[in-house]
Amino acid sequence: MNPFSTPTRLRDMIRAIRACKTAAEERAVVRKECAAIRSAISENDQLFRHRNLAKLMFIHMLGYPTHFGQLECLKLIAAVDFPEKRIGYLGLMLLLDERQEVLMLVTNSLKQDLNHSNQYIVGLALCALGNICSAEMARDLAPEVERLLLSRDQNIKKKAALCSIMIIRKVSDLAENLMSPAASLLKEKHHGVLIAGVELCTDLCKVSASVLEYLRKTCIERLIRILKDISNSSYSLEYDIAGIVDPFLHIRVLKLMRILGQGDADSSEYMIDILAQVASKTESKKNAGNAVLYECVETIMGIEATSGLRVLAINILGRFLSNHDNNIRYVALNMLMKAVTIESQAVQRHRTTILERVKDSDASIQKRALDLVFLLVNETNVKPLTKELIDYLEVSDQDFKGDLTAKICSIIDKFSQEKLWYTEQMFKVLCLAGNYVKDDVWHALIVAISNAPYLQGYCVRSLYKVFQTYSDQESLVQVAVWCIGEYAEMLVNNVKVLEMEEPMTVTESDAVDVVEASLKNCSSDITTQSLSLIALLKLSSRFPPTSERIREIIMYHKGSVVLELQQRAIEFNSIIQRHQNIKSSLLERMPVLDEMTYNLKKASSSQANVSADKTSKSNSRASLKLPNGVIHATATTDLDLLDLSSDDNPANTSSSKDYLHDLLGIGLTNTESTDQGIAPSEGTDILMDLLSIGAPTVQNDILISDAVSSNQGIAPATKPSSTIQVMDLLDGKQTNTSISDYQNPVHPSIIAFQSNTLMITFTFTKQADDPKVTQIQATFTNLSSDAYTDFVFQAAVPKAFPIITLEQSRMN
Amino acid sequence: MINFVLLISRQGKVRLTKWYSPYSQKERSKVIRELSGLILARGPKLCNFVEWRGYKVVYRRYASLYFCMCINADDNELEILEIIHHFVEILDRYFGSVCELDLIFNFHKAYYILDEILIAGELQESSKKTVARLIAAQDSLVEAAKEQASSVSNMIAQVTK
Repeated sequence: MNPFSTPTRLRDMIRAIRACKTAAEERAVVRKECAAIRSAISENDQLFRHRNLAKLMFIHMLGYPTHFGQLECLKLIAAVDFPEKRIGYLGLMLLLDERQEVLMLVTNSLKQDLNHSNQYIVGLALCALGNICSAEMARDLAPEVERLLLSRDQNIKKKAALCSIMIIRKVSDLAENLMSPAASLLKEKHHGVLIAGVELCTDLCKVSASVLEYLRKTCIERLIRILKDISNSSYSLEYDIAGIVDPFLHIRVLKLMRILGQGDADSSEYMIDILAQVASKTESKKNAGNAVLYECVETIMGIEATSGLRVLAINILGRFLSNHDNNIRYVALNMLMKAVTIESQAVQRHRTTILERVKDSDASIQKRALDLVFLLVNETNVKPLTKELIDYLEVSDQDFKGDLTAKICSIIDKFSQEKLWYTEQMFKVLCLAGNYVKDDVWHALIVAISNAPYLQGYCVRSLYKVFQTYSDQESLVQVAVWCIGEYAEMLVNNVKVLEMEEPMTVTESDAVDVVEASLKNCSSDITTQSLSLIALLKLSSRFPPTSERIREIIMYHKGSVVLELQQRAIEFNSIIQRHQNIKSSLLERMPVLDEMTYNLKKASSSQANVSADKTSKSNSRASLKLPNGVIHATATTDLDLLDLSSDDNPANTSSSKDYLHDLLGIGLTNTESTDQGIAPSEGTDILMDLLSIGAPTVQNDILISDAVSSNQGIAPATKPSSTIQVMDLLDGKQTNTSISDYQNPVHPSIIAFQSNTLMITFTFTKQADDPKVTQIQATFTNLSSDAYTDFVFQAAVPKAFPIITLEQSRMN
Repeated sequence: MINFVLLISRQGKVRLTKWYSPYSQKERSKVIRELSGLILARGPKLCNFVEWRGYKVVYRRYASLYFCMCINADDNELEILEIIHHFVEILDRYFGSVCELDLIFNFHKAYYILDEILIAGELQESSKKTVARLIAAQDSLVEAAKEQASSVSNMIAQVTK
C-alpha cells in the first residue's frame, strides 16, 4: 500500500459496502478495511485516526468484531483537540461496554477532561460518563461531578445532573451528598436544567428514604409553582409541543410529585388543586396532551387524593377508552386495571365501554379489556355481562377464543347462583367453543348435573337438540353422550319437563342413533369413543329392545387397534350377551357425585390430576380391573358399570379406600396412585380396590369375624373373633371367576396373611336380605408346632365402614 | 428510564443502537434479533407498545425506519412516543428533511444529536432550539480544527515534497 495514499474516506467505504450484492462480497470489503485500519493503528498513524475510528464504528454496527480498535479510542480521548476527543468518546460509548476492563484506563482522561476549560469538552466527558460507567469509575469521579453541578453553565449543569443519576445507580451510598445540590437545581429557570434536576430528585428518592423525606419537606412548593407556571403560561415558541408548553417538564414534575405524595397525606393535600387544574385544563387532542393527562391520572391515583379527584381521573380514563387512537385505549385499560382496586364503583360506570374494547381489533387491547371485565364482574351484572361475552364468543377469532372461553367459564363458575342458569350458559359455551373448553370445566359440569335431579331431564333434552348442529365441538359431544347414556329414559319419556321447554319426542332408536353417530364420527378422539361405548351399553340396559342393535355397533370395535376400545367392545359385548341378569343392576343410575369434595379435590390435586388424566385415559381399562387410585370424572364414566342403587348416598371420601386396601392386604391397588388424593370424590372408588370395582357407600357395616383354627388345637386360648362385613357391590353372585373379572360380585376367599407359623384366610359372604352388609369370616390356621396362646386379632377399618366384631365362632 | 434505543430499517438492518443499561455484546445482538423479529412483524393498525421480557418497548415507524425505545414497566409510554418524535424532529431540522440515507452516511452525527437529547436514559433537553444550538457550536469547533489542520498539513506537504 502506498504510504502516502490516504485511507478511504468514510462515505466511500460506506458506499462500497452498500454496493455489495452478497454477504461474501461485504465480508471481503470489511476484511480489507479492517486490515488497513489495523496496520494504521499499529503504525500509530496520527493523521487519519479520526477517519479510521469512524470507519471502525460503522463496521462494528454491521456486526463485525472490532476489539482491536478499543485502545485507539483511548488514545483519541487523550488527544488534545476537540474533534479527536469527540470521536474518541463516541467510539468509547459504541465499542465498549461496562464490563470491559479497558474502561478503567479511561478514568484518568475523564478526570482531566472534567476539569477542562473548554465547556464542550467537559460536556463530552460528562456525557460519556453518564452513559457508560462502572462502579469504580463512579466512586472515583463523583467529587468532580458534584462540583460541576454547581457550575454556572446551564449545559454543564444539566449534564452533570444526569451524570449523577448514573453515578447513583452504580453507587447508591452517594445519594445523600447530592441531596441539597439537587434540591437547589429546582430553583433554576432553564427548562433543561429543571428537567434534569427533577429527574435527579426522582432517582434520589427511589434510592434513599432520607432524601425522600428531605425533598418532601423542601421541594413540594417549588414543584407546584413550576407546574403552575408552565400550565398557565400562554405560549412559548421554544417549548411548545402541540399546544402544550413543555409537556416533558409537565410529566416529569407530575412523576416526582407522585413519588413525594405517595403515602403522605399532608403533601398530597397541597397537590390536589394543581392536579385538578392540570387534569381539567389540558387539551387532549394530540398525543402530547394525552401524555400529560395520563401522567396526571397516574399521580392522582398514586397519592392520597380525595374521592372526587379520583372520580375525575377515572372519567378521564373513560374518555380515553373511546379515543380513536389505539395507544390511548391501551394505556387507559392498563390504568383502569390498577384503579379497579381503589375505586371500583367509578370504574363500573364505564363497563359498557370496556366491554366494547373486548371486541377491539388489536389483540393486546382485547386481552386487557377481557382481564378488566373479569375484575369487574359481580353478582348484579354477571348475567348481562356473560350474555355479551358469549355473544362475542361466536364471532371472535381463533387466537382469542381460548382466552375468552376460559374467562367465561370461570365467571360462570364463580358467580352462578342457580344451577339452571349455570347449565344453560355452559351449554352455550360448549356449543360455541367446545374445543377450547378445558377438561376440568366440563367435568365440573357433569358433577353439577348429577347433583341436580330436577335438571337432568332438561339437560339431556337440550344436549340432544344441539347435538346435531354442533357435533364438531368435542367437549359438547362428550357431555351429551354421557348425559344421554345416563338419563336416556328421561329423554325418551319426557320426564321432568321444565316450563320453558318445547315439547319433543325422541324415540329409543333416535337416542341410539345419536350415540352411534358420535362413535362413528372419524374426528372423535379416544375419550369420546370410549364414552360412547359405555353410553351405548347403558342404553342397551335401559332400552332392552335396542340391545341387539347396540351389540352389533359395539362388535364393530372388537378389532379396533386402540386397546381401550377393543377391550371395552369385547367386555361390553360379553355383558350384553351373557349377563343379562346382572346387566340392569350393573348399569343403574350413577350415584350422585359429591360436588363439595370434588371441588376440594380439584383444587388440591389439580396438578396431580393433570398428569393423572393422561395416564388414566390410557389405562382406564386397567382401572377397572386393577384398582387404580387415579380416578376422576372421566374414569367415573368407565366405572358406572358398577353402579349401585344407592343414589342418595353422598359419595364417601376416598381416603377410606386406603385403609381398606391396607387392611386386607390386597395387592391389587397401585400404591402410589392411591396417594394422588383419589381425586374424584365420586364414591365409586371406595371399595374399588377391595373388589376391583368401586362403589360409594356410607352406611356400611363392617363386621369382622374370624375363626381361629389351629392344627393342633392344644390350648384353647381366648381368641377374640369378629366378623367383617364388607359392602358388596353386585348382589350376591357367587362365581368362580378370578379377581380380575370385574363382573364377579362376591370376592373369592383370599389368603390375607401367610407365614411359616400362621395363615389367615378370609371368606366373604353376603346375606341376601341386606346387601350392604358383608360378612367376612377369618380363618386362622396355626402352621407351627406350638400352640398359640393369647391370640388377639384386631381389625381396623376406615371411619366410613362400621365394623362389628363378633365372637369367635368356633375353634378346631 | 430508557434502557436502550434502537433504530432498525424495514429489512431488519440496524442503523443506530444506544445502550443505557449493562448489556454484553452477545446479549446486545440477541436483543436486537428478538426485537427486530417482534416489531417488524407487527401490523400497522396495532398499538405502538409491545411487552417484552417484563419491559415495554415503544416504537414508531417513520418512513422506512423503526425507532424503538425500551422502557421500564412503570414509565409513561405516551411520553416516550413524544421523545421519539422530539428526536426525529431535531434530526429533521439538522439534516433538512432527513431520510434513512442521511442516517447511514452520517451515523456519527446522529449519535452526537442523540447524546444531546438523552443521557443515562433520561431526557436532557426539551428545547429543540437549544439542542440545535449546541450541536452547531460543536460542529463549528470541529470545522475550525479541521481547517487549521488542513492548512498545517498543506504546509508540511509543501515542505516535505
